[in-house]
Amino acid sequence: MLSEESKKELEAALGKYPNKRSAVMDALRIAQKGNGGHLTKEDMDEIASMLEMRQVEVNAAAAFYTMYNIEKPVGKYHIQVCRNISCSLLGAEHLIKHMERTLGISTGGTTPDKRFTLSTVECLGSCGTAPMMQINDDYYENLTETRIDELLKTLK
Amino acid sequence: MEGLTEKPLTGHLKPDGEALDISEYEGYGGYEGLRKALRMGHSEIQKEVKEANLRGRGGAGFNTGLKWSFVPMGKDAPRPKYLVANADEMEPGTFKDRFLLERNPHLIIEGMIIASFAIEAETAFVFLRWEYTLAAKRMRRAIAEAYERGYLGRNMLGSGFNLDLRVHVSAGRYICGEETALLNALEGRRAVPRSKPPFPQTSGLWGRPTVVNNVETLSNVPHIITGGAEWYRKLSRSGDGGTKLFGVSGRVKRPGLWELPMGTTAREILEEHAGGMADGFSFRCLIPGGASTEFICEEGLDVKMDFDSVQKAGSRLGTGTMIVLDHTVCPIAALHNLERFFAEESCGWCTPCREGLPWVARLLGAIEDGEGEPGDIETLREHTRSLWVGKTYCALAPGAMEPLKSGLAIFREDFERHIREKGCPSKRERG
Repeated sequence: MLSEESKKELEAALGKYPNKRSAVMDALRIAQKGNGGHLTKEDMDEIASMLEMRQVEVNAAAAFYTMYNIEKPVGKYHIQVCRNISCSLLGAEHLIKHMERTLGISTGGTTPDKRFTLSTVECLGSCGTAPMMQINDDYYENLTETRIDELLKTLK
Repeated sequence: MEGLTEKPLTGHLKPDGEALDISEYEGYGGYEGLRKALRMGHSEIQKEVKEANLRGRGGAGFNTGLKWSFVPMGKDAPRPKYLVANADEMEPGTFKDRFLLERNPHLIIEGMIIASFAIEAETAFVFLRWEYTLAAKRMRRAIAEAYERGYLGRNMLGSGFNLDLRVHVSAGRYICGEETALLNALEGRRAVPRSKPPFPQTSGLWGRPTVVNNVETLSNVPHIITGGAEWYRKLSRSGDGGTKLFGVSGRVKRPGLWELPMGTTAREILEEHAGGMADGFSFRCLIPGGASTEFICEEGLDVKMDFDSVQKAGSRLGTGTMIVLDHTVCPIAALHNLERFFAEESCGWCTPCREGLPWVARLLGAIEDGEGEPGDIETLREHTRSLWVGKTYCALAPGAMEPLKSGLAIFREDFERHIREKGCPSKRERG
């Protein structure tokens, strides 16, 4: 169920577009945020009825775009490491392996205490400060193994 | 005139990394371009921008004023019309629009308002990447400031012109940067490209006339209006007008971004601004403008970085942000990295791209891992033909083929050794 707060946010988003359907990406983002980082079938069905769309249309939008985590809960800290060319040239693969070892999970996995999810993502536009990663909303650039170790310790 | 600088995009940025707020921006002559534009006619603005030879900074290099001129104008034109700032930057190696969004949001807003006025659009959207959260925060704050001062909203500065500016946060996928796919995304549909014609200028968002311009492109507009087309053209060292945000990533001494005249050579950018290669690394080659451009080697470094010159040299200016490969990089691994990205980001709409790109990526992965077969090089070459311009629905796959096509020629020996020696020779030599 969408929270009252999420519904209010969605109402505001609806005002941006000439029809309801166009707000579906906002709706999915708002629902995901309100749900701690992932989307549920119930939320998507509720969005479909609010936006007067068919459920399959909402599902299709959610499945197409990569930022939506459908029925896939993520940890409190979602670590997203860029693996594209500029980061890769500066050792992104080593950093990913390092984090897999440190956290004891493979890429795509979540730690048993639900604290960390480790993902690889496509270019985040931080190529001059590579290698980089984003944890939830924040960028961390010019990474080294030491910096990552220090950082992970601060995330409780 | 106040605020006119050799560096219109970055000349007055704050050294602490914060965004210019509206008072600071106005202090440097900000919104003067808008005041002047509101006194000009729509066609006069279009003409000025066209004569400035401002070319699309998203990578395609189309003349911006010319792009605007295809929008139906006058009282019989279909309405409402829309302007969209494409802030969906996701071309690997490209980090220039994020910089502008975070540091100079009012410049983008002013450019958007002038562009909207020039095409009589009454609603404008910033189509922004989800991950650019700092940019979103700063852009929203700047938009609120612009409304407060009367630069947005109804009867702007008493001109009778109305404009609403809204932020649309997208949800991933490189294809959204393609302007017709972007329109589908804004309409809440899957971001697949639309067939052209009709072009967005006549039938775009919700079937209405729409112009989609890149963030950096729009950022040039206020200064063109303030300083005039002739002044703007003279900022450049070549036929393309103005300056460009050039960037360098890879193993160089000082990776980063610099606003320099259009037509600055690749060598100057690499050696003077980026400080040359990092200690212990030597130059092998570079991709000049984001992932989807062809390689340039040592002998090509004196190329002027502008749309026509780079094209004549056999590559593309693209986004103007170059990726440098050093001598330790396995070129097959680099190509595999590039093509895996494109395969992942194919929207799946047309078959050659959906099927071809993953095949290319798999073959490159196999060759990198020492499992390549002698016929693989020819299969890859065949793909550079069957995924070329005209064979697919949009420019994604042909763009993906650009580094591959030139890589197959430049790294011929590397390819052959990988296949013959069943593995990466440089990895083996390094142990």
